[in-house]
Amino acid sequence: MAAALMAAALYALHQDFWFWREARPLVFGFLPIGLFYHAAYTLAVSLLMWLLVRRHWPAHLEHASDE
Amino acid sequence: MIPAAVVCLYLLVVLAIGLFARRASARQPDAEDFFLAGRSLGPAVFLLSLFGANMTAFSILGASGHAFANGIVTYGLMASSSALIIPLSLFVVGTRLWALGKRHGFMTPVQMFRDRWECGHIGTVIFAVQAILLVPYIVIAVIGGGTTLRAVSGGLVPFWLGGAVVSTVVMSYVLFGGMRGTAWVNAFQTVLFLSFGATAVAVIAAGMGGFRQAIESMLASAATAPLLTRERVSPLYFLSYTFIPLSSIAFPHIGIFCLTARRLEHFRRTVVLYPICMIAIWLPSVFLGVIANRALEVPAISAKVEARATLASQGPTLTPERRDALRATASGDDVILALVQGYAPLWLAALLGAAVMAAVMASDSQILALSTMFTEDVVAFYLGAARARDALLVHTGRLFVAGVTAVAYAIALVVPQSIFDIATQYAFAGYSSLAPLLVAALFWKGSTRWGALAVAVWTAVAVLAIAVLQSVVPAPPPGAAVSVLTFGGVEVVTRAAAGTMVLGFLPVVPMTLISALLMVVVSRWTPASRPGAATLARYF
Repeated sequence: MAAALMAAALYALHQDFWFWREARPLVFGFLPIGLFYHAAYTLAVSLLMWLLVRRHWPAHLEHASDE
Repeated sequence: MIPAAVVCLYLLVVLAIGLFARRASARQPDAEDFFLAGRSLGPAVFLLSLFGANMTAFSILGASGHAFANGIVTYGLMASSSALIIPLSLFVVGTRLWALGKRHGFMTPVQMFRDRWECGHIGTVIFAVQAILLVPYIVIAVIGGGTTLRAVSGGLVPFWLGGAVVSTVVMSYVLFGGMRGTAWVNAFQTVLFLSFGATAVAVIAAGMGGFRQAIESMLASAATAPLLTRERVSPLYFLSYTFIPLSSIAFPHIGIFCLTARRLEHFRRTVVLYPICMIAIWLPSVFLGVIANRALEVPAISAKVEARATLASQGPTLTPERRDALRATASGDDVILALVQGYAPLWLAALLGAAVMAAVMASDSQILALSTMFTEDVVAFYLGAARARDALLVHTGRLFVAGVTAVAYAIALVVPQSIFDIATQYAFAGYSSLAPLLVAALFWKGSTRWGALAVAVWTAVAVLAIAVLQSVVPAPPPGAAVSVLTFGGVEVVTRAAAGTMVLGFLPVVPMTLISALLMVVVSRWTPASRPGAATLARYF
């Protein structure tokens, strides 16, 4: 349940209306904030996937496939 | 000529990889060895080849071209949404597909559907819908190969010859190497993609004297400042794009790739590293596409910016022919090529040429998937287990690879690319609309074969309807919209420059939601068709 909620929250965070019309601040002096947000979002997705495979890995499927 | 020579070298390398894969296979490979590499791919090749199979020509050329015209929104539309949905679908659906495939010997999703819903001909309908949606990608790749070889050779290699060379190379390594050859070539191509992005950014930044000044001047101009925000797209349009990556797991070549891993463990690294690969390729591509708007000292880019300005200021008053000509000039698909030619040394231009070839040759896994589907879902199914011997299936698969490549090449020579551009645009929506099939098969005991048939038929009808609508109602100028269907004063269907819209959403949203609804409603109407207890016990 917690994993589904985290995935749903991340899905909702994709719709970042708060940076919709803003280019500034420019991160590192050249990266518009909207682009930086989505790059950081991509890294956050990787973190979520790491948590999913650590805590909710369907290991039973590996054994089931050998039956 | 150096880029052309590097591209030729690249073609020779992938051909050699295919031949090497042939030697690494069994002397007389069985169907599982040829079509699924014997379910033996290791973790690195599995990650790189799965990622490479998902990346089409769009990832480098199309992404930067889209960003050139639309700005930073491209990354949110296509990269970050895919970075979430694709690994998640691999984690939830791909792992189960792998386990069922290994346990019951399935080699295609349709084999699983037939077994799961105890059906025969309905599986053939699903196969037909999947196959028809896949063909345009193969033709587009042939066209892309011909165009790219003509471009990098400075016109010395004509389109027909370039297309023939690329088709022959792809056909050869798929035909000889099967899935093993295809996976190894895809892995090699992904490494090429990954190495290109950061290098290109560094070299072009040096050539432009850094990016700060270029970004500040874009912000100072009313014409380019909106490219650094998302103010030109609506939140509904943006949300619609999160439905498109659902297509990934429903693409037969991705579903089949899920069956090639040696162990379930190999999915672990793939789902964690997939978003990292996305950022490594898409962030440079999008950023370079955006920044190209300030590379006005490059003549090719300057001409594009001028054409776009003319379209914006005089668009409605121009003749359709003049508008089409300006649109073609303003198109950003080759903007990254122009940037590299303008700022980068020759060796990087050559590397880009090879990366572009890698992108346009991503049809290999689709050709092999089509061959696997035809052989397993049609030939083996209708011949029956007793007559469908492994040697016959492998020969049939190889013949099909040669045949489908030849047909795709012939079509590419006579049919305009614009038709296939539209077809591929809506094939994504079609595959998203097929995704409920997989979810229902794997997670809902109550789903029935009639629900599956309803999903397949709905998908085919919806894609066809959109294709007809797009061809009957021409695209209006940017910013305008033509009302196609109004109900109770509400514009339900509109035709905009970006395509067809339904209540402000892209068609993929209603298509997928209606597809899921049909699966539920029709399955509940047909409870007598639920599979027997023995079948359900194999899945739940």
